Amino acid sequence: MDFANYDPAGARRSREIISAKIVVAGGFGVGKTTLVGAISEITPLTTEALMTAAGVGIDDPSKVPGKETTTVAMDFGRITMAQDLILYLFGTPGQTRFWFMWDEIIRGAVGAAVLVDTRRITDAFAPLDYFENRNLPYVVALNRFDDAPHYELEEVREALAIPPDVPLVSCDARHRESVKQVLVTVVEHAMLRLQAEHGRGFPTPVG
Amino acid sequence: MEPRRDPRGALVRPYAVTRGRTEPLQNIALEAVLSCTPTQVAEARFAGHDKYRIASVCEGRAQSLAEIAAYTRMPLGVTRVLVADMVAEGLLTLHTAAPPEGFEERMNLLGRVLSGLREL
Ligand SMILES: Nc1nc2c(ncn2[C@@H]2O[C@H](COP(=O)(O)OP(=O)(O)O)[C@@H](O)[C@H]2O)c(=O)[nH]1
Ligand SMILES: [Mg+2]
Repeated sequence: MDFANYDPAGARRSREIISAKIVVAGGFGVGKTTLVGAISEITPLTTEALMTAAGVGIDDPSKVPGKETTTVAMDFGRITMAQDLILYLFGTPGQTRFWFMWDEIIRGAVGAAVLVDTRRITDAFAPLDYFENRNLPYVVALNRFDDAPHYELEEVREALAIPPDVPLVSCDARHRESVKQVLVTVVEHAMLRLQAEHGRGFPTPVG
Repeated sequence: MEPRRDPRGALVRPYAVTRGRTEPLQNIALEAVLSCTPTQVAEARFAGHDKYRIASVCEGRAQSLAEIAAYTRMPLGVTRVLVADMVAEGLLTLHTAAPPEGFEERMNLLGRVLSGLREL
């Protein structure tokens, strides 16, 4: 199925397509690109944005002399679900100094998955705080590496102070079925959250 | 910042291709999708090398701004300026619908994404 096969007659008429997105966050080497690649219909792509360390969103350094600039790489994948619906998965760098980039990435997102590696569990604090503050629905996925110390899910929940209503699952970022389950959990959690907010009379679109 | 080597072999600073403009005509989201018909691609030939490359990437398949930047190997900010120009010039068609805001519409979209995932 390819929604972009054209009828030349309607060539310039804009057909509406909804792009949904899910954000995948976590520290360096935690398996973000692997997770995206396990389920994306395209090989994960990278786009690089030039950023100033000040985070003012100006990416021409000549405009801000003296400010440190950096290139932020975002990995992403795509799942075409229907003629008018595409799901994008964005893997975001976890380092704090890149966060000004995240506001753009999470705007309008369905939700997020925070990947955790038990060898470097504290890497997850930054993205967890960020999503909590932005009120973006998120789930935590423990990516199990073979040589990593084994912890029970509830131990991880306690160590990271993950609120009881936030889903915590175990996953293998290399396996499509496992990744699919993580994404299903994100969407189900987003639906529950939306329903709860609606019930309380606070519809809160993110971004 | 490192200068970028473009496909013509010249060293160019990123915003040289937009003649120094850093503000896009409209702020296109990362995931907003755009496409181009063969006629539009043919027209884009006369709009300069970078716009022609963008048009070629979007021919016959809707691509997000992020995909366009990745395939053309241009920084996101530069790509956004060029893409917004091309939409204004009729060289690209922007398909993206505004994200739904009402409760029913948002639930409906989440439901569609959920069943789309389950069907994979
Ligand atoms: N054993 C194991 N290795 C993994 C898993 N996920 C990723 N890896 C490996 O960990 C390394 C880093 O993964 P990558 O996806 O590049 O991490 P990123 O920096 O978060 O994008 C790669 O060599 C992957 O093959 C997993 O679930 N289990
Ligand atoms: Mg990566």
